[in-house]
Amino acid sequence: MSLQKYILRRVLTSIPVLFGVSVVTFGIMHAAPGDVVSQMVAANPNVPPGESVRLREEFGLNDPIWVQYLDWMQGIFTGDFGEVYSSSRSADTIVMARLPETLLLGAFGWVFAILIAVPGGIYAAVNKDELGDDVSRFAALSGISIPNFWLGLMLMAIFAVQLDLFPTLDPQTGLLSREMLWWLILPGVTIGTAASANMMRIMRTSMAEELNKEYVTAARAKGLPERTVILKHVLRNSLISVTTVAAFLTASLVSGSVVVEVVFAWPGLGRELVEAIQLREINLLMAITLLTGAVVVLANLLADIVYALLDPRIRDEY
Amino acid sequence: MSTERGRIQISGFETGGGEDWESETAQEKQEEYVEPMSLWRRIVSRLARDRLALIGIVVVVLMTVTALVARPISVSGMTVQPFSLAPFDPTATAVGGRHDAPSMTHLMGTNRQGQDMLSRVMVGGRYSISIGLVVTAIAATVGVIYGSISGYFGGWVDSVLMRFLDLVFAFPALVLALILVALFGGGFWPLVGAFALVGWASYARIIRGEILKVKQNEYVLAAKALGARDRSVLFRHIIPNAIAPVVVQATLSIGTVVIGVAALGFLGIGFSPGTPEWGTMLDAERDTLATGAGGAWYWWATIFPGLMIFLFVMSMNMIGDVINDALDTQVDDVGHGGGG
Repeated sequence: MSLQKYILRRVLTSIPVLFGVSVVTFGIMHAAPGDVVSQMVAANPNVPPGESVRLREEFGLNDPIWVQYLDWMQGIFTGDFGEVYSSSRSADTIVMARLPETLLLGAFGWVFAILIAVPGGIYAAVNKDELGDDVSRFAALSGISIPNFWLGLMLMAIFAVQLDLFPTLDPQTGLLSREMLWWLILPGVTIGTAASANMMRIMRTSMAEELNKEYVTAARAKGLPERTVILKHVLRNSLISVTTVAAFLTASLVSGSVVVEVVFAWPGLGRELVEAIQLREINLLMAITLLTGAVVVLANLLADIVYALLDPRIRDEY
Repeated sequence: MSTERGRIQISGFETGGGEDWESETAQEKQEEYVEPMSLWRRIVSRLARDRLALIGIVVVVLMTVTALVARPISVSGMTVQPFSLAPFDPTATAVGGRHDAPSMTHLMGTNRQGQDMLSRVMVGGRYSISIGLVVTAIAATVGVIYGSISGYFGGWVDSVLMRFLDLVFAFPALVLALILVALFGGGFWPLVGAFALVGWASYARIIRGEILKVKQNEYVLAAKALGARDRSVLFRHIIPNAIAPVVVQATLSIGTVVIGVAALGFLGIGFSPGTPEWGTMLDAERDTLATGAGGAWYWWATIFPGLMIFLFVMSMNMIGDVINDALDTQVDDVGHGGGG
């Protein structure tokens, strides 16, 4: 199958998944006990009894569920994610305001993960079954096992509070200002730790596997220096398998951002999500869930395409 | 469980097949018989030789037993576990002063309500550990059945089931669990349900891939040719030979679920405040970090609960890592279980 055809096919199969994500998101929120109106009435006991009936009618809550779904979807396609009742802003305004912060945090986590994982993985694979391998295995296992919220709290307690190296609160400056980037370091390291540990293990496994292949022996027999063999030949091939997990790691970074943003009071989407849950802001919850779902689906799609570009054998399997 | 598993037994053929049939398949039968035995034997012998894994097992057993005997357990009024190892009642307030530093009476100090940290940490394991185990059992069972059906039947069944799996994978696990628990309520079974609902998909994907390989084997064809029903081929011949990566995934994901449950507790979702659960305990004391700027830091109130989660998960992962090596399956748990 040609590359174009493969990519087209892969893009087309993502569409039903995206549709499914929207149905599931909508379904969960509407199956949950209590609706927007009962939340509003509970928050404000002075609402006259007839008012809730009128509000339900106004919000279209008496319509059949599929009509409500179509209304919601129609709004989304016109860029309207619905109102957030507690702050009388629209959900999309809030999401767009918080999105850059979360992207910045995720990007830092990604870069941190790669900077640690790739050299660490190479080192472990080259020194397989030696002390260095054991040390990096232990480090990787610790990185996976440490709860990110606890790691964040400890980093904050030690480096921000006790040693006073980093701010503990939002410096309230622009997104890419020096203060903000300085503040980003601790949350970034926290969110990147698990990702880097996971990636390092995968890097080590795939690198060790590649090292056993015949082309490596051939390259060595040709008299190439070990450095060239590893960095030019083996590394390139083992990075292919790292791309496949990149998408999974994106999902885990999204999950991680929720917790880490709460720990550090980072003003991103994850913290917004927890607040939306506490306030039962259905529209905001749906907007964030839909967005994260779409991001993960797209990350998967991208990873598959990159993988196909790097490794022509994959296209044939489809 | 291993004595029955691999044997070729096709009903209706025992009497008619006779000796010829027995001898023809004798070789296959033997291979079949040994394989699943050696799976568990390989795991045990490898675990026994690896020092890290042995430490892991000791820690996991110790923490689980401690959680069980810390306080008596009674089921509907009847005491099933009478021991009470914890020095104080974990929910009793003011058994010591506010934020007493660790001492001989309170080995891990006390929290802001004067509750004994050691007792709370001991009991704290009950929530995460039990949920981790139950979720893994349920998720693995559901995932294995789903993935097996998908991989075995192939074709449009496979396509439909796999698209649905893509859908589950589209939701970051912790986010979905968070929303489910927040909207539908907390407590033991809702938490189990939420984490099982997001966790089964990894098992399904893993076993499907494995089954696609195993079903190419000739003994599968042989069993089918002898008239075995699909169910019997699948459950007696294919799954036992495809289960190894699932075992690895299960050991690795217990830790992920434990972290996920504690994360929900930390976010104040799923447990009522004051529950002696590790994540909830951290949440209750986290503001003490910032108030002590440069001065007093009641470190014992935040270090110990987190350390317990870390110790348990780390031990579980060391065991899983060794099993992974022993079975050479190369499962990479990239955290779809709920942690992150």
